[in-house]
Formats: sequence, structure tokens, C-alpha cells
Amino acid sequence: MSLVIVDSGVANLASVIAAVKRLNVAAEISSDAGKIRAASHVILPGVGAAEAAMAQLEAKGLSDVIRGLTQPVLGICLGMQLLFSHSEEGRGCACLGVIQGEVNRLAAKQDMPIPHMGWNQIKACVPDHPLLRGVKDDSFVYFVHSFAAPVGGYTLASCDYSETFTAVAGCKNFFGCQFHPERSGSVGSQILKNFLDM
Amino acid sequence: MLAKRIIPCLDVKDGQVVKGVQFRDHEIVGDIIDLAARYGAEGADELVFYDITASSDGRTVDRKWIARVADALDIPFCVAGGIRTVDDARAILANGADKISINSPALENPDLIDEMAREFGNQCVVIGIDSKREDGDFCVYQYTGDAAKTQAARRRTLDWAIEVAQRGAGEIVLNCMNKDGMREGYDIEQLSAVRSRVAVPLIASGGAGAVEHFAAVFRQAHVDGALAASVFHKQVVTIGELKRFLQQQAITVRI
Repeated sequence: MSLVIVDSGVANLASVIAAVKRLNVAAEISSDAGKIRAASHVILPGVGAAEAAMAQLEAKGLSDVIRGLTQPVLGICLGMQLLFSHSEEGRGCACLGVIQGEVNRLAAKQDMPIPHMGWNQIKACVPDHPLLRGVKDDSFVYFVHSFAAPVGGYTLASCDYSETFTAVAGCKNFFGCQFHPERSGSVGSQILKNFLDM
Repeated sequence: MLAKRIIPCLDVKDGQVVKGVQFRDHEIVGDIIDLAARYGAEGADELVFYDITASSDGRTVDRKWIARVADALDIPFCVAGGIRTVDDARAILANGADKISINSPALENPDLIDEMAREFGNQCVVIGIDSKREDGDFCVYQYTGDAAKTQAARRRTLDWAIEVAQRGAGEIVLNCMNKDGMREGYDIEQLSAVRSRVAVPLIASGGAGAVEHFAAVFRQAHVDGALAASVFHKQVVTIGELKRFLQQQAITVRI
């Protein structure tokens, strides 16, 4: 296995590296197109704003590289949102578009603070998906976000907050977790392991 | 359901975890990594590391331990203390912290909140507010890491809480100084007042002494998380027993 974590310039990489290290997998951080293409697995992490992150990927010439990948790719949090066609964040921006769908601001509701921050429960929307092997319905995972993709054909697991949104997405070889598996205790660790086993 | 968060706070001074009573007379309670790992294993939902000397000394938080904490923990953690610039924050996040918390520097330069929210997203930006009851109102204090330097910030707590949320804070930790270290319960009245005026997640801090105090603050002040230090460090309350108690009280917790 050769795991590459895409260095998007704005993301929190250390916690992802530490999480895969706990699974005895060494990750290489890179923004080198050749290394990313040659990896067996690619993680696209993300903390920050969609527009800034897309600008970084474009500046590093990585947008088309990621779009062209055929190995398993896992986007985390903002990294997942970047896989979609468009994000409403900020002034709105076009994203990678490998999963057809829009990322929108979470619905505002009384007594439901935004960002949606903390441990919430996920429910599988497709039975026995390999990415969710061993993850029970209503398991708690750690979310920190204000934007999310609605539930759609790409939804592998959903979460309820001010609206029901996509917690885990998948389309062909591209996967995404809206939560942070690297910060979600044993459940998150299981999901990362499942991804690396693909 | 979104779980109510239980957040041990580790006050860090010179590389050790310390705890004082009402922010004074600090005693050493243990090694950072040992305590972090212990709380993670016990079921803490998040940890806050607060370098209590950093702001008042005019130096920035020592970052060497952050990467070690990031390696040891599989739950989120926040780092606070003397973060004065976007570059300070970037370095801390790059070392593996999930959030950064600013307190005194945000009072000196409120634009810092906007800058950090723009750069990292508001979900990374936590604002700590040290607040004291005074003449029937709640007032903000700064440089509370050092008793000799602690001073009133000449701001009303409610005004400041509203302002930081508008500027892009993703979360507020409200430390009620009169209750800090007393173990007589959280300041429900003050937390409720802030809760009703700001829509970002609110974390209660100061005063936890028994499992009932946590149930009360979740139920009555509707906070999103409860932070505590001495009750956990001295094992007056263990996180496992606290969470079982809250679950029995029909409060959603991650078990």
C-alpha cells in the first residue's frame, strides 16, 4: 500500500497522519502530481474554506490530477465537499465535480447552533457498504462544519441535525466523510481502516 | 442526536498540567501526554489545552507538545494561549490541533477573529471569555493566567459574546470566574443569558464539582458542552460515571 495525503496547503494534516499511523500505515504528504497518481490510496483532507482550498488545488495544478484518479480517494470534511460540483460557501465556488451535487449551508433552526460541532450519529443508507463495515447504525462520529451535501444517490450514510444531510458519500472510486474519522475514536479508525482495505 | 460534550481542560504551565483555585496558586497535576491519553481512554469528547502563562507573559504557546498530543489522541483537541497572529494559529493547526482558542489577544485586536475565521473557517476559531459578576452585570476580564496581571477588559460579557459570534467565532467557551475551582456548580444564570443571545456553540466552564452540576447546566442553560478541570484531574468525578449518569437523565452523550 502507498497512501498519499494531498497537501492542499490549508488543511490540518498532522491528525490524519497520526490516525493512519495508529493503523500502522505510513502516509506521504505530497502535492506532486506523479506521486498522487502513483499512490494506491489518496486522502484529500480539509479544514478551512472551500474557495481558498480550491484556489490552492488549482494553483498547484492538482484539480485535474484528482479528477483523473482511479484508485480509492477519500475526502475528509472540506475535502469531501470539494469532491462535489459546487459549494455555496463564501461567494460560492465550483469544486472538483467528481460527485454530482451541491454543497449548501446547513439549515438554520432554533436551538441548533451552526457550525454543527460535536459528536453526532450516522445511519447507513446502503446495506453493507465496504467503507462502513463494522460500523453500527447510530455510532457517534465527530463533526465540525457549517456546510453539507443534501441526501442524494451518492449518500452512503446520513446524519440528522437541523436537516438530514450526507455524512458519508461515495461515487465510483471517490468517497467522502463529512465528519473527521481521524478524530472520531474507534469508529473513525474503523472507517479509515475500511478505506485502506479497499 | 448531537451529543452533549464533556471536555476536560488541561491548564498547561511550563510543560506540565496545573490547576489553581480561582486562577491563582497553581499546583502541578501531571504530564500532558499521560493525562491526554487517560482522558481519551475514559471517554472524553474533546480536550482543551490552555497555556495559562502565554497571554500574560507576552509569549506564544510552546508547540512541541502539540504534535505529540495529536499522535496520542483520536478525539479532537483545542489549543489556547497567546495565539496572536494568523501565523501562530496556522502553526498550531499544522501540528495537529483541531481548533485554536483566543482570549486576551482577541480583546486587544478584535479583527483577529475575522482574519482567522476567513483563513481557517469559523469552525476552527474558538473564543474564550473570562467573565466575572460585577454590580449585577457580567464583565470580561483579560490576562487571567497571571493573578498580578489580571484586569477588567472594560467590556460587558453579553456584548462581547454577541460581537465575537458576529465576527466569525465558531464556538464560545464562557469561563465564569466567580465559580472557577469552587466545585459548587456552573453559573447557570450567566450561561443562560449568553445562550439566549448567541447562536454559536457554547461551552460552560468554571464550577463543576459533581455529576448533578453537569446535568443542570445541560438542562437549564442548554449549553453544548461542559468543560471542567479539577473534578477530573482529582478524580472527584470520572468521565465514565458522569456519562452513565447523564444518560440515565435522558441527556444524549456518546458512550
